[in-house]
Amino acid sequence: MHPALFGTMAALLVASALSVILQRSPIRSALSLVVTLFLLAVVFLFLDAQLLAALQVIVYAGAVMVLFLFVIMLLNLQEDRPAMAKVAVRGAAAFIASLFVLAAVRFIVGGAPSTGTTAMSTAVSADFGSTEAVATLLFTRFLLAFEVTGVLLLVAIVGAVVLAKRRLV
Amino acid sequence: MWIEVGIAVIKTLTVLLLVLSLAGILGWVERKGSALIQDRIGANRASIFGFAGAGLVNTMAADPLKFLTKEDIIPKGADRLLHTLAPCVNMFPVIVAFAVIPFGDVLVIGERVINLQVAPLNIGILYVLAMMSLGVYGVVLGGWASNNRWSLLGGIRGSAQMISYELGMGLAVVAVVMTFGSLDLQAMARAQGHLIGGWIPGWGVLYQPLAFLIFLCAGIAESKRVPFDLPEGESELISGYFTEYSGLKYLMFFMTDFIEIGVVAGLVTTFFFGGWQVPYLMSDGFHFPWGAQLLLPQIVVALLQIGSFLIKVLFFCWVQVLIRWSLPRLRYDQLMRFGWKALLPISLANALLTAIVVLAFQG
Amino acid sequence: MSPVSVEPYLILSAILFAIGAVGVVLRRNIIVMFMSIELMLNAVNLTFVALARHLQAAEGQVAVFFVMTVAAAEAAVGLAIIIAAFRNRETVNADELNWLRW
Repeated sequence: MHPALFGTMAALLVASALSVILQRSPIRSALSLVVTLFLLAVVFLFLDAQLLAALQVIVYAGAVMVLFLFVIMLLNLQEDRPAMAKVAVRGAAAFIASLFVLAAVRFIVGGAPSTGTTAMSTAVSADFGSTEAVATLLFTRFLLAFEVTGVLLLVAIVGAVVLAKRRLV
Repeated sequence: MWIEVGIAVIKTLTVLLLVLSLAGILGWVERKGSALIQDRIGANRASIFGFAGAGLVNTMAADPLKFLTKEDIIPKGADRLLHTLAPCVNMFPVIVAFAVIPFGDVLVIGERVINLQVAPLNIGILYVLAMMSLGVYGVVLGGWASNNRWSLLGGIRGSAQMISYELGMGLAVVAVVMTFGSLDLQAMARAQGHLIGGWIPGWGVLYQPLAFLIFLCAGIAESKRVPFDLPEGESELISGYFTEYSGLKYLMFFMTDFIEIGVVAGLVTTFFFGGWQVPYLMSDGFHFPWGAQLLLPQIVVALLQIGSFLIKVLFFCWVQVLIRWSLPRLRYDQLMRFGWKALLPISLANALLTAIVVLAFQG
Repeated sequence: MSPVSVEPYLILSAILFAIGAVGVVLRRNIIVMFMSIELMLNAVNLTFVALARHLQAAEGQVAVFFVMTVAAAEAAVGLAIIIAAFRNRETVNADELNWLRW
């Protein structure tokens, strides 16, 4: 991915992520998150992960976020003053976050144990990240996890229905 | 490099123009077709010096001018940004979904072989499903941003309906993908070029009749057309989730409806009716099963294929318009029951059956 | 396309993760907190995909697949809990939802 293009995408991503946590209206936060997820899907495309990009849009941006929007509309949440915590907590949160980012940057750029060259190789097989490649792995090496995930989704569906049901009392 | 960019731009512009004209013409077909079915005359007042141009004046001049010159009203208390954003978000995915629908095989100009598909993605179907998923946001936002209880109701109903029928549609598509073994729509269209038994064109509907019916039903439900148009509920919710929109924004919501008819028609054509395939037409001419041949230059072959695609798409658009004016509306609980308790199990069973058959034939 | 090395992706992911973490701590609206958690999960997804591309191992993408699925399940159940809590307390402010039993 061209550095200028990456810089643009990174700036947009950070801007929309900040918009998620700083907006007053919950609907606008949700929409900013949709934009973030969509931009991430585009970044996935540039990283040769086509199936994941499509799944990100279908599952995350197209289903999970719709669920969020439904709940916000159902509970009819209006704009609220961003109910921020007290100043001390705010300061502590920002401090810890910047510490984390600094540590991550130091670890990544500085003395990380060598994993070979750090430049990403341009040559990658044509079907890397394609549906066939990921699906083959899913159905051979990760078959048990795949099936368990299916059961997990079933449990989640039943649980969500039971929890959100109106008590007929 | 610039030639490739130029070719891509030309393809994009062609498809864009095609889609937008289709939407306009479908509006006219809807009005006149419904008039014919209901034994009345329909819209006949727009004419220039008595020249009505068979509806062209109405479609190209009168209707757009009417919408463009109307006042743009944003209801008090509504979120201005979201109110303006909703029609754009609604329209974007349905236009962009056309990018993967192939309208021809190849066009050979000199040594350059141009694939007649705007975006040759190897995840073609998933891209279309992704755009369909994004279409829910226009409805949700339109309902919410109107600051109107009934619009909100229409919006919630509409989005619940859309996400319910996405499942049936997706599973029908899974069966189609298993039959053709590829997610790319151009590969699917090409795979329907063989002849069954030497005589019958091997179109998808012969392999997957049930999936065709399921996909057509789910597609009509996705675009919220009658008989699934309770979110729009013309006699109950006025216009449902786009009641509070006027002028250009209303035109965008309206056009999205017609463009989505085109998308569903294009997808049905590509999956089940051979896409751009003309029976017995190979890349160098006609090869009839009784031995006769008619060799044609490549450009004529390409034009025949594009024409065949357009005819099939128009046919399915017309079918959807007919269905709209023939069937009564489904009540909301009937609609949801149909989607979850009928379409979903049937498409699951169809996918299972297809998997068994494909395995049996391979092994 | 000249390749960008893998570090910028990891740094971007760390920044997104930090933004999400700050959102969880700062905002008191439960739904926005939940959205910040989703943001953190997506930052991790970006790390997985970038490293999968860098190390040419598709297992990273399989991990993202599972993260997405679990996140979807978690979102469904979490939102159901929020709806149930809202029915009882009429509030989504995390500071007010601190009594287990009224």
